[in-house]
Amino acid sequence: MVLIIIVGLVVGAAAILLTALGNPANMGFCIACFLRDIAGGLGLHQAGVVQYLRPEIIGLGLGAMIIALARREFKVRGGANPLRRFVLGFLMMIGALAFLGCPLRMVLRLAAGDLNALIGLFGFIAGILVGIAALKSGFNPGRATAQPKINGFVYPVILFGLLAALLLKPDFIRFSESGPGSMAAPVLISLAVGLVVGALAQRSRLCMAGGLRDTFLIKDLHLLWGFVGIFVAALAGNLILGKFNLGFAEQPIAHTQHLWNFLGMSVVGLAAVLAGGCPLRQLILAGEGDTDAVLTVFGMVLGAAFAHNFGLAASTAGLGTNGRVAVIAALMILGIMGFGHRLCNKAKA
Amino acid sequence: MFEIDVTGLGCPHPCIQVKKEIDAGHLPLKVSVSVGAPLENVTRMAKSCGLNVCQKPCAEEGVYILELTKA
Repeated sequence: MVLIIIVGLVVGAAAILLTALGNPANMGFCIACFLRDIAGGLGLHQAGVVQYLRPEIIGLGLGAMIIALARREFKVRGGANPLRRFVLGFLMMIGALAFLGCPLRMVLRLAAGDLNALIGLFGFIAGILVGIAALKSGFNPGRATAQPKINGFVYPVILFGLLAALLLKPDFIRFSESGPGSMAAPVLISLAVGLVVGALAQRSRLCMAGGLRDTFLIKDLHLLWGFVGIFVAALAGNLILGKFNLGFAEQPIAHTQHLWNFLGMSVVGLAAVLAGGCPLRQLILAGEGDTDAVLTVFGMVLGAAFAHNFGLAASTAGLGTNGRVAVIAALMILGIMGFGHRLCNKAKA
Repeated sequence: MFEIDVTGLGCPHPCIQVKKEIDAGHLPLKVSVSVGAPLENVTRMAKSCGLNVCQKPCAEEGVYILELTKA
């Protein structure tokens, strides 16, 4: 338990450090936002203010890979409903961009006094509870089997490719000149922090959804301590730096539409339980050889591209009509994915 | 001895399946589980249920055998 608390504290402190060094406010780490920026950097969407190959994402995956290899936990496996995992990643991103953050950023926003994130947390818990009901009703996750070792290195090679593109800046890679995508801590520091956090998250199994899921499902608080550690460290950092601002209004990169903050994070919570982990955990699993997690990450990237190409993502003004329809559709699809087996069983009977 | 294979299952399914066996009184229980998070989670959950856990590597790479017995 000591390890997970220390990891939580380190992640929270690292997030504050990255924000102080240039990352957008309350966005020291945000897996959804950073994958969205990478999608933009690769030209998969045209939102000019959110395009950047975030080195933190590269570091997280490579840090997890290095520590997994060192500890003989790099096990290449896959085949547990990979298409479903891809769709779950896609939907997770739709929900996260309706709220404007992944579960990790939700905690960071909360630690900065953003009460919209408290509404998001309630939604996240609601989604997790529905996910638990799906698990209890017999949701079949599928069983991963061993795959050829080479498959496990596809994702790290992609990360090295992104790193090369980030450093060499070829013409076809886009970099925001204004907006959140233009705000970034120095590349090498971001990369180093990502590597350290990736390694620590791999060792501790840190998972924002897992903490709440295990608390409700099997009364195991272990992972929840990581969640608490991040909050405490980030809260302390914000108080020390004078960045704590309690309230709903005027919060950085956030909106005040409570219903859509709630439902957006409900989508993320439910999808994360069905996928076996939050966006951060998917990056770590991808780095340690889980090819189904790689597909979940690809789903998130495509989800981000769709969200910005078709106006599904929220802005500080709130969530538009397209985004609202997308969130409702995501909840319906997740409901079918989580409980569809019951209908099938009844039809058979 | 009862046996269950939870290798290749993602979180939290190994814990759910092993807990079902424990609750059904299927002890002692031999569990085949993948290394990493599933191994740690099932071990922690079994200990929290007051069981003795004997852990040994399986011949198959990346798999451990847990023997859960009443304390």
